[in-house]
Amino acid sequence: MTVREGAGWREIPRGGLILTAGNATAYKTGAWRTFRPVWHPDRCIQCLLCWIYCPDAAIVVKDGKVAGVDYRYCKGCGVCATECPDKAHALEMTREEAGGET
Amino acid sequence: MATLTEIRWHGRGGQGAKTAALLLAEAASEAGLHVQGFPEYGPERMGAPVFAYNRLSDEPIFLHCHISRPSVVAVLDPTLIKDPGVAAGLADGGVVVVNSTAEPETMRGRLRLDGQPEVRVATVDASGISMDCIGQAIPNTAMMGAVIRVTGLLEFDRFMEVARRLLGEKFRARPALVDGNLKAIRRAYGEVAVG
Amino acid sequence: MTTTAVTTGTVNPNQRRVALTGNEAVALAMRQINPDVVAAYPITPQTDIVQYFSSFVADGRVDTEFVTVESEHSAMSATVGAVAAGARAMTATSANGLALMWEVLYIAAGSRLPIVMPVVNRALSAPLNIHCDHSDAMGARDSGWVQLWSENAQEAYDNVIQAVRVAEHPKVLLPVMVCLDGFIISHALLNLHVLEDAAVRAFVGRYRPDHTLLDPERPVTVGPLDLYDFYFEHKRQQAEAMSEARAVILQVAEDYTRLSGRRYGFFEAHRLEDADSAVVVLGSAAGTARFVVDELRRRGRKVGLLKLRVFRPFPGRELAETLARLQTVAVLDRAEGFSTAGGPLFTEVRSALYALAEDGGRGPASPGAPPLTMNFIYGLGGRDLDPGDIESVFDRLATAVETGSTRTPDTGRVGPLIEYLGVRE
Repeated sequence: MTVREGAGWREIPRGGLILTAGNATAYKTGAWRTFRPVWHPDRCIQCLLCWIYCPDAAIVVKDGKVAGVDYRYCKGCGVCATECPDKAHALEMTREEAGGET
Repeated sequence: MATLTEIRWHGRGGQGAKTAALLLAEAASEAGLHVQGFPEYGPERMGAPVFAYNRLSDEPIFLHCHISRPSVVAVLDPTLIKDPGVAAGLADGGVVVVNSTAEPETMRGRLRLDGQPEVRVATVDASGISMDCIGQAIPNTAMMGAVIRVTGLLEFDRFMEVARRLLGEKFRARPALVDGNLKAIRRAYGEVAVG
Repeated sequence: MTTTAVTTGTVNPNQRRVALTGNEAVALAMRQINPDVVAAYPITPQTDIVQYFSSFVADGRVDTEFVTVESEHSAMSATVGAVAAGARAMTATSANGLALMWEVLYIAAGSRLPIVMPVVNRALSAPLNIHCDHSDAMGARDSGWVQLWSENAQEAYDNVIQAVRVAEHPKVLLPVMVCLDGFIISHALLNLHVLEDAAVRAFVGRYRPDHTLLDPERPVTVGPLDLYDFYFEHKRQQAEAMSEARAVILQVAEDYTRLSGRRYGFFEAHRLEDADSAVVVLGSAAGTARFVVDELRRRGRKVGLLKLRVFRPFPGRELAETLARLQTVAVLDRAEGFSTAGGPLFTEVRSALYALAEDGGRGPASPGAPPLTMNFIYGLGGRDLDPGDIESVFDRLATAVETGSTRTPDTGRVGPLIEYLGVRE
């Protein structure tokens, strides 16, 4: 049961119970960004540190490898770029205002 | 019996005033009476003056307050009679039972009850009896025997049956104390003197 | 059904007549309920309950997991965790122990966890005092717990058993406090009738929570962050549950009457039908008040007693309708709320009577003004309340009727309607 925004007191689970596991996927933080991480697959060494540190679900992993950034869940915090090893520098923060262009 | 009997027990911490009140209440309950048995908690130390109370009635009891007009006062320690509160509030036709080797008439004088002939005074050497029967100066069970004798509250043999069971539960690990205490009750029942 | 008639109820034959202290009676009820978890910390005068119950655990007479904790805050926290995990869990406390639980009381109620907790009423410090008054439970009156009050050991026993059903009812799911007076009841050996173990187990049934933390098939989150978008709605739900508790309390009482023969409701109305004056009271003082009412009736005075059993939810309408046709009502509070507007019970009763007045006069059957009300604060820190004290209250009410005013030179110093019963001047 996902709680509808603006639902009245009769409709919601009692006492603040959350009945839907993994419901963070329903909460999209992508509109919060002022800086956008850009992933350079050619520089990526697949250490997965960005995936480990991302506080949301923005780093997409397929078959055990980083495959890109899901911008619906990226609030632009920059943790991924900070944690990306300097020698790789595969994640780079850019201005969101510039439409994501470097 | 009167509809409501109110008993005030005076003792010192360690002499078993509370136990006497609770045992008597339990025995009276088994005999079909409505009962209350409750201690008054103050400084809970060996030797400190302590009080315990009983209400016994053939009708349900609703009162939940201290007893200030007892019909029976039981004094487990003769040194407590220096406290003028011992005889306080004794109702007409009431009785005070003191653990003492003194004669009842001597005790009446000590209790300053000379002007109240309607109050009966009884004495029993409960300390001596308990030393003889259980080897310790814990006079509470002997005093129960004396109280039952002077008040006629309970039928004695019936009371002894219940007391045997209750003491058996209390002294499960020390069965010798059961027989000793029963003996003390019986002796005090027989030896108490009423003036 | 809004009255209690414990004293006149017939006893169903499935019971034993025993003599137990109030604490023994509560511990026995807990043993018969056989909760999954008990987490408790000892405090006078509740200590015996925990002591007896822990011996039941040690002797294998219950299946309960007994959690020894280092404080009441932890006792309530562990109980909250156990119920959230799907267990039937209980604890018990008194006075400062209840005060230390304060934060977690709200978490239990707000998370809608059906905990049952005997509270052996004792005065709050300072000054330090171990004896009875109601300041502890009254301090928790707005925490969202149902409160059932007991006159004696029988009612404490019966209330604990009923509390389980009330708390766990799907329309309620709120914690329940069962109050009994410290020492006066907790340490007094009194007669009561107790049910067979099997009858109690059948009555409380099994606790079948719809959501638990230990169900991996249907994972849930308990107690999440809940800001201005939903917190208010959750509080509104909680108020609804407390309101639903009213009907559930009466239904459970009816079922319990079928089992035990003893009748329970929101309150007991004793000789109120034709009374002019009455006292309203909680707890053991109701017994002494009943004694005085019966005595004064023998002398021809038209007096009565209303003994409140359910303080939360407050049965204001039923209570006001019962009191409406009286001339005077004295509310006895065993707690000083320091509001200077009256004790906690008084303000509720008076407010309920005012609502009736707003409805167009006095109750359905009684035109005219609502009764004159007075507040008597008594028994703080275990100060004895004897029949003479209660008779003096009825005398004050009689004077109020004669003069048409509740005021005397003695009233009005702290608050306009408050008198202190049994305090030394």
